[in-house]
Amino acid sequence: MDKMKRTFTYVFLSVVSLVSIFPFLWMLVSATNKSVDVTKGKLTIGSHLVENFKKLTDTIDLGTAFWNSAKISIITTVLALLVASLAGYGFEIFRTKAKDAVFNILLMSMMIPFAALMVPLFKMFASIANSFPALGVNTLPAVILPTFTTAFLIFFFRQSTKMFPRELLEAGRIDGLRELGLFFRIYMPTMKTTYAAAGIITFMSSWNSYLWPLIVLQTPEKKTIPLLISNLGSSYSPDYGVIMTAVVISTIPTALVFFLMQKHFVAGMTGSVK
Amino acid sequence: MKTAKPGIKLMNKGRLTGWWFIAIAVIMIAAFYFYPMIQALLLSFKSGKGANLHFTGLDNYKRLFSDKTFLTAVKNTFIYLIIQVPVMIVLAMFISVLLNDSKLKFKGFFRTAIFLPCVTSLVAYSIVFKYLFGADGLVNMLLTKLHLISAPIQWITDPFWAKVTIIIAITWRWTGYNMIFYLSALQNIDNSIYEAARIDGASSVRQFFSITVPLLKPIILFTSITSTIGTLQLFDEIVNITKGGPGNATMSISQYIYNLSFKYSPDFGYAATVSYSIVIMIVILSIVQFKAAGEK
Repeated sequence: MDKMKRTFTYVFLSVVSLVSIFPFLWMLVSATNKSVDVTKGKLTIGSHLVENFKKLTDTIDLGTAFWNSAKISIITTVLALLVASLAGYGFEIFRTKAKDAVFNILLMSMMIPFAALMVPLFKMFASIANSFPALGVNTLPAVILPTFTTAFLIFFFRQSTKMFPRELLEAGRIDGLRELGLFFRIYMPTMKTTYAAAGIITFMSSWNSYLWPLIVLQTPEKKTIPLLISNLGSSYSPDYGVIMTAVVISTIPTALVFFLMQKHFVAGMTGSVK
Repeated sequence: MKTAKPGIKLMNKGRLTGWWFIAIAVIMIAAFYFYPMIQALLLSFKSGKGANLHFTGLDNYKRLFSDKTFLTAVKNTFIYLIIQVPVMIVLAMFISVLLNDSKLKFKGFFRTAIFLPCVTSLVAYSIVFKYLFGADGLVNMLLTKLHLISAPIQWITDPFWAKVTIIIAITWRWTGYNMIFYLSALQNIDNSIYEAARIDGASSVRQFFSITVPLLKPIILFTSITSTIGTLQLFDEIVNITKGGPGNATMSISQYIYNLSFKYSPDFGYAATVSYSIVIMIVILSIVQFKAAGEK
């Protein structure tokens, strides 16, 4: 009985793993093949990767899109971590009844679907564009400003701060550090793992975000990677090899971030759920 | 004089400092969540094309009930919700219980492999799935070779199978994500509870339902609420796999709002009304889920 259970566990997990990995393998292999071979179901590595890449960069401005996506994701991640950790720290360390009430109101924003926000946000940035073109529709601030502060991240930092050893703050005060000094010199270095986990989550969702950039970025030179890929994917005579090359390239940064920081990620998540 | 009542001074100072720490976050969330929500509410009572909006009272809300596209989108969204969310949550929980076995080999490999889909962007994986499930795609090729089907399934262009494709795709993308929450919760359960149960002769099925499920209840609630909110907002997958078709057979509410605002001649007022219907559904469903979790 026990042996059967064991066998079942391994078979089941292997099948689930295979199903999870297979689309990746197919995507990688297809990026190295000609479009015709992809449609024939060729599952071996081909020799057309360089050619696909050349075709891709000839048809679309991949470099610009990559740079746009990188700018947006990095700025979003830095701002998100800073603002959410300041707030999480403030709510937990300087806890009062009034602040708890504010915190609960902020949490309610997690229930607001983006679908309900997109129309008024678009109208907001369209009207800002009349007086401040640098902040309006089709600009970097318009993509970043409404999305970088999330109640989820504030909650995440607050939960993790519960485990932060407060004696460190007392020690810092005795050493003459001011409140911001305590935060930047003591809290931040101590909470590295939490920052890493929060950073991964934020970077990934920002790099992959689609709907808001689709609405607010209108000219081709502002487009991000997901917008370009979506366009490629909806063409009527798709070149599968080229599209899969684009898909692979779009996945590299998030996959890299994940694999480089996987340990911190798991540790951070585990800490936060406790 | 510095030593006089240092405690109170520090506390008052501390209280004010605390507000400075949370100020930016509060302003940002007020400006980009709550303010637009109020704007959307006001908009939902207005109608008209583009910028020519005028007050029409509850007309938009009445229109919802006779709007066939809206009703189809709601129906589709609920089909995704009722089938996909439970399947995914049970699967995530089951996988994490298997993975939590301390004697299991290759644990790291399995965990990473199953979490891997989460690193892909919704757009990227949607396109991969669109081609894999094409009429002459790899899935049909494999099924034909295994003699499971005689004619290719129209995964993308048949109204029924298109929904199935969407459900398979979302399950593939999000099961690993939910699994992480269960895994970290399971690691916090004291192993001695299971040992005691084993000594009492409880089977593993019994252990699962009498120990694991009750202890995981908060996580089950968390994952089902976040998945419900996610499903009600479904957009990227639909647009990139089926474009809402065939007809409107896979259209989601979010896609309909997008179409109303940015694709057809814009009717921001009515779009805001449709978006409020999602808010209402999220609130109702979350209350139902909280109640269901609380009563057991």
